[in-house]
Amino acid sequence: MTTLQPPVAAEPRPAPPPAKRDRRSWTGWGFLGPFVAVFALVFLAPIVYSIYLSLFRNQLIGGNQFVGLDNYTRALQDDAFWGAVGRVALFLAVQVPLMLGIALLVALALDSGRLYGKSFFRITIFLPYAVPAVVATLMWGFMYGTKYGLVGDINSAFGVTLPDLLSPGWVLASIGNIVTWEFVGYNMLIFYSALRVVPTSLYEAAEIDGAGQWRIIRSIKLPAIRGAIVIATIFSIIGSFQLFNEPSILRPLALNSITTDFTPNFYTYSLSFNGQQHNYSATVAIIMGVITMIVAYAVQLRGMRKEA
Amino acid sequence: MSTSVTASPAKSAAPGLRTPRKKHTPGKPKRNVLLTVLMALMVLYTVVPLIWLIINSTKTQAGLADSNGLWFAHDFALWDNVRDTFTYHDGIFGRWLLNTLLYVGLGAGGATLLAVLGGYALAKFQFPGRRAVFAVVIGAVAVPGTALAVPTFLMFSKMGLTDTPSAVIIPSLVSPFGLYLMWVFAAEAIPTELLEAARMDGASEVRTFFQVALPLLAPGIVTVLLFTTVATWNNYFLPLIMLKDPDWYPLTLGLSAWSSQAQTIGGDVIFNLVITGSLLTILPLIAAFLFLQKHWQSGLAAGSVKE
Repeated sequence: MTTLQPPVAAEPRPAPPPAKRDRRSWTGWGFLGPFVAVFALVFLAPIVYSIYLSLFRNQLIGGNQFVGLDNYTRALQDDAFWGAVGRVALFLAVQVPLMLGIALLVALALDSGRLYGKSFFRITIFLPYAVPAVVATLMWGFMYGTKYGLVGDINSAFGVTLPDLLSPGWVLASIGNIVTWEFVGYNMLIFYSALRVVPTSLYEAAEIDGAGQWRIIRSIKLPAIRGAIVIATIFSIIGSFQLFNEPSILRPLALNSITTDFTPNFYTYSLSFNGQQHNYSATVAIIMGVITMIVAYAVQLRGMRKEA
Repeated sequence: MSTSVTASPAKSAAPGLRTPRKKHTPGKPKRNVLLTVLMALMVLYTVVPLIWLIINSTKTQAGLADSNGLWFAHDFALWDNVRDTFTYHDGIFGRWLLNTLLYVGLGAGGATLLAVLGGYALAKFQFPGRRAVFAVVIGAVAVPGTALAVPTFLMFSKMGLTDTPSAVIIPSLVSPFGLYLMWVFAAEAIPTELLEAARMDGASEVRTFFQVALPLLAPGIVTVLLFTTVATWNNYFLPLIMLKDPDWYPLTLGLSAWSSQAQTIGGDVIFNLVITGSLLTILPLIAAFLFLQKHWQSGLAAGSVKE
């Protein structure tokens, strides 16, 4: 979850049409062209290439052979793949609501004007976003450990034995904590920026009508930032389905808990770079991309429909 | 790192872009102690790992093992650690730092430039294919970026680009998020009449862009630059698959290599350098966020996520 994903949900309000729109001109392409050229090279071409790859199989004898949809049939019956999908789905179901819920509460608290030291809170909670996933995972990984970590210190200080956070039963939750730590502030900022542009006159009107704070939050603030919530949810879904950095960096500390097919992305990576199965790896990546798009699209439809 | 922040004013709306929030006259909300305490707990969660990092970067490898994680060991080895981080293995850490700066300079700088030009075009020009570009960009980014990495690697490998800096820089040049931010920002920040006036006066499109549009876009540009910088500085997956030669690693990849070398047989255990290196890696970005916060926050508030 290192790269920023663009908001998929809300189309920006289209620019007001130029005052004199007699004819459409190609001038705009002069400015947009460079972006589109690089975009085609690093987004579109790999997608096309990946589809092409997924239709072939590289055999020791016979070389590259067209196999049609064989790779897809194989993936649909692949327990390792579905195990990985199940794992990220579980992760998604628990971590995303938790993280977004906290982010929303923090944003509402900041927006309420009832805090001492508001700007201190805002910037501090956002800071982990500047920390690379590598560093965040290494820090938490050390802290989870019983040797150098806080867990070890707590154990010896209080004479207790906390569960091993890097054991197979706990490692997914441990990763969830790292991801939450990294992105709660980022999501908080999305919500907070959206709250700031709600006209305060709405609150005043509501207060005159006798609405309490909770009522204002429920009836004005939350509906007003629904678009931001949908966007943040879609970001987080894409992020969860892409989960790779945290488990891969944590793996040396938790070899038994994190297998090379821990997440779908980890699986494609291992297939390609340890197994040299480029064609099958491309197939798995495509299926995962399709699953992600379907889920993201469903969330968007649901989020937007409610608005109507 | 926290004290310098408190003084800064909470200024979120970009001046001149929208009417300032009116002061809430009927009963200004009372400050709430309980709410503040709850937020303080949240801050604690945020900063404890960072404090852990600072404290533990003062310890030797031995001190790390036998002292409490949240307090200093008897020996204060921060400066030794910093020196060792930069001298270990013929100073490869310095090389990684320079690589990272190169990738950020060209990658994030280029991404920002392309996003500014493209966002301006989408916001202020009507041209054939404008809707199609929107659909394609939004559609393509729903494809998980890391899913593209393997085919991109194979493609770049065919072109002979892998294991060179361009393999990291070229994919970094595209920031759909940056394009989106600039698009929304340009739509709000540049009055179309102003452009019309410049054109009427006979200014060329290029000149209109540089002299009229660019100054108005400044807060948006700072915001996009900061976010693309973070994305490039923190990038891990892309260099991981593109680069074999440690001489071209960025900091993130180098740190994870140092950390996992403890697992290899006969590998040097240098967790003290991993921790100090981590601290050195995050300091520049945190400093940038703190120094520029007024600018990027106003750029963000100018409608980036508004419906």
